[in-house]
Amino acid sequence: MIRLEKRPQPSKAWSLATPLVAVLATMIAGGLLFAALGKDPVEAIRTIFWEPLFGEFSFYYRPQLLVKGAPLVLIAIGLSLGFKAGIWNIGAEGQYIMGALFGAGVGLAFYPFEAWYIFPLMVIAGGFGGWIWAMIPAFLKVRFGTNEILVSLMLVYVAEQFLASMSLGLLKNPEGHGFPGSRNLQQYDSAHNAELIAGTGMHWGVVAALIAVIFAYVLLNRHMTGYHIRLTGEAPRAARFAGVNPTRLILFCLGTSGMLAGLAGMFEVTGPSGQVSIDFNVGYGFTAIIVAFLGRLHPVGILLAGGLMALTYIGGDIAQSNLQLPSAAIQVFQGMLLFFLLAFDLLTNFRISLGKTEVA
Amino acid sequence: MDLSAINPVLLIASLMVAATPLLFAAIGELVVEKSGVLNLGVEGMMIVGAVAGFATAVESGSPLLGFVAAAGAGAALSVLFAILTQYAQANQVASGLSLTLFGLGLSALMGQSYVGIKPPQMEKINIPGLSDLPVIGPILFGHDLMLYVAIAVIAAVWAVLKFSRIGLVLRAVGENHDAAHALGYKVVRIRILAILFGGACAGLGGAYISLIRVPQWTEGMTAGIGWIALALVVFASWKPWRVLLGAYLFGGVTVVQLNLQAAGVAIPVEYLAMSPYLITILVLVILSADKSSAPAALGRNFHAAR
Repeated sequence: MIRLEKRPQPSKAWSLATPLVAVLATMIAGGLLFAALGKDPVEAIRTIFWEPLFGEFSFYYRPQLLVKGAPLVLIAIGLSLGFKAGIWNIGAEGQYIMGALFGAGVGLAFYPFEAWYIFPLMVIAGGFGGWIWAMIPAFLKVRFGTNEILVSLMLVYVAEQFLASMSLGLLKNPEGHGFPGSRNLQQYDSAHNAELIAGTGMHWGVVAALIAVIFAYVLLNRHMTGYHIRLTGEAPRAARFAGVNPTRLILFCLGTSGMLAGLAGMFEVTGPSGQVSIDFNVGYGFTAIIVAFLGRLHPVGILLAGGLMALTYIGGDIAQSNLQLPSAAIQVFQGMLLFFLLAFDLLTNFRISLGKTEVA
Repeated sequence: MDLSAINPVLLIASLMVAATPLLFAAIGELVVEKSGVLNLGVEGMMIVGAVAGFATAVESGSPLLGFVAAAGAGAALSVLFAILTQYAQANQVASGLSLTLFGLGLSALMGQSYVGIKPPQMEKINIPGLSDLPVIGPILFGHDLMLYVAIAVIAAVWAVLKFSRIGLVLRAVGENHDAAHALGYKVVRIRILAILFGGACAGLGGAYISLIRVPQWTEGMTAGIGWIALALVVFASWKPWRVLLGAYLFGGVTVVQLNLQAAGVAIPVEYLAMSPYLITILVLVILSADKSSAPAALGRNFHAAR
């Protein structure tokens, strides 16, 4: 008979090991899935995890790792702060869209004027766009006790409609021959989030993601607010007695995560994507939830998890063109990863003991 | 703009159709939450049900068989959630989210070869005499079978929760799992059964979208209805009949905004399409002041020490 015993303290070793075990289990289960789809499982897994890093065309794919990883890390860092405290912002996708719209909107308002201060203004606007979008669920939760999960998620759909409206209306390229979508910001020097070192994929978004990692690390380990976040998550009652102000914590966690998601959207629209279009968002806001958990809600872990998730995106694209693996298969793959992670987390908090159970 | 083109009888009839997926999903989630479990995977179970039902109906030619398959698929997916939360003691919010993310991917994968196909039609019920009545006929007696099944499920859940011993035990588990455990009830088993019921209902709701309401298969076609269903349970204060009321309200909003789009109102289409989501938020704000009716053990995991 298998029995679970709760550990007095979560196991440190298992806490670090579960993400790795989960990745391995996902590779196996994913391999089975790919085999079921009639693909060679070993070849598929190799294509996803090996090809982008060390394959023939890795010189092209390696920079993509930064391009895809940066928004994931940026968003996931913000989400992890709230998740740690039991504040669930799952509408990062919407905040990402709003950040992109605000940032691009400010940039396009200046077009074709060139000045050094346009890009910084766009960065501020992008962060503000995400922040204000996240402040809606935050304010409603603080003022009326509304569930932030549902409100933030509903706002994703609202933001998607707003994006469609903007790319068909206000922000549409007047010289675009009637096609939906804004002007291409890559061709507008003052607003272009160009590669800082050519050919590396390094752009301002990557820099921002790294700063966010350091910021979150310092916040959580060296700052009172970070301590309050951890305390609220681990012992809500103790946090109340210790005088933690839940209102401020909610506003801070949701606001910060919204701002970071907005920044991610802004760096994406001015850089790799280049324009506001109806299908601008590709689900980074949702994948970032997986990244946050896979990284154990720890800044450094999130950095690594973001890299891994970016790898599956790029590898998935390669597998799609080389092996005709359907694009949805990689989505299933990412979903499985979260499943296995949550399942194996059991080992962190519980000890499995084999033995007879007796009626006391 | 021509508002006179909107026929109120057809409007009410299509409102009932638009509300039915919500009814299924919300009543299933209501039972799950009554047992003290918060399953945020409704959207994922719905979309998997939608594709499984669609595929089965197309392959077999029988929509009814499609619905059976959809219920099975939804329940099968919910087993994953049950394992995670009831055995592996995983966080319910995170597990539900993973279910939705996984379900969206899985459905896209399963549905690839079904894009652009028309499913077999489900016949509308035709009661001679009654269905031909003016006004009342098309509203009350002119629908497909599943719409009535949804209402029957609501009635059944209400009756079971209110009058039966099973309902009492389910509520006890949701209010205080430790007390229920001490009384000798199998908390984990009861919760798993509730989760399975919720999964099957969500699957039916999804299949109703892909087989009757739309009817075709497109990726991500549930478009947040699963999440609105979650909000609806809060709106209904965990009371079955209020789920019906709420679903018809939301169905009404959806249908009215679609009709306004068709009638060419001066408001841009995108802003009309936002309205169901905005109204959901509004309703949540109005109703979230009163949390007293929520099951006390909602979202808390149960682990018997011995």
